[in-house]
Amino acid sequence: MSPLLFWIIVGIMLLFGAMVVLQRNPVASALSLVVCFLALAALYVSLDAYFIGVIQILVYAGAVMVLFLFIIMLMDIKAEARRRINFPAVCGGFLVIILFIKILADVCYSFDGGNAKFPVIDQGPQGDVWHVGMVLFQQYNIALQVVGTLILVASIGVVVLSKRELK
Amino acid sequence: MVSLNDYLIASGLLFTIGFAGVLLRRNIIIIFMALELMLNAANLSLIGFSRYNVHDNLPDYNGQVLVFFIITVAAAEVTVGLAIIVALFRARQTTHVEDITTLKF
Repeated sequence: MSPLLFWIIVGIMLLFGAMVVLQRNPVASALSLVVCFLALAALYVSLDAYFIGVIQILVYAGAVMVLFLFIIMLMDIKAEARRRINFPAVCGGFLVIILFIKILADVCYSFDGGNAKFPVIDQGPQGDVWHVGMVLFQQYNIALQVVGTLILVASIGVVVLSKRELK
Repeated sequence: MVSLNDYLIASGLLFTIGFAGVLLRRNIIIIFMALELMLNAANLSLIGFSRYNVHDNLPDYNGQVLVFFIITVAAAEVTVGLAIIVALFRARQTTHVEDITTLKF
């Protein structure tokens, strides 16, 4: 992948990620998050993870964000009115973020192995999904079934939580 | 050429944006979206390391399977979390975290 294309996609991802935090209107935030996830899917594809890229678009940009939009519109949330800013909290937040960026830069620049190019891969005629499926169903079969049960429990929990009166 | 460090920096910056959202915003739905951003930043670095760690001309698929599980659990988490937010909104008519202080000491 050419560096120019990479940085354009990263720029889109970070710009719309920042819009999620900066927008006052929750609907605009949710739509920015969709664009951010699409750019992230493009980065996954650039790393030859085609299956994860497709899952990212289908599950995140498709299902999860539509659920978010649905809930925002259901609750009919208006754009947030400006409130009095809690000054110590905001200063503390920015301090923590700046320290975090510093630690991140230190780690990234002291990790020499990361400067090497990506090795060449050859996924063969089966392609990406075949390999992921083999690992998923052979090595992680039990975990896959546990996750299936987790989704079942989550959907039952949502039904219970959504009942008008909890008994 | 694009190296692993570039992906790690992109992932770290995305995580920082999500972190900033959780710390600075007061709308509970925005906080929840910022949590999703942080999960996705972790996924990006996992995929980067998976692509970097090549054996027999194949990337390390364990990392991709871990991302698959993270996406699945995150989807379950979003459904339950949004159900809790809707229940909270029904009880209090607000999504602003500073209006919800019953547990505050």
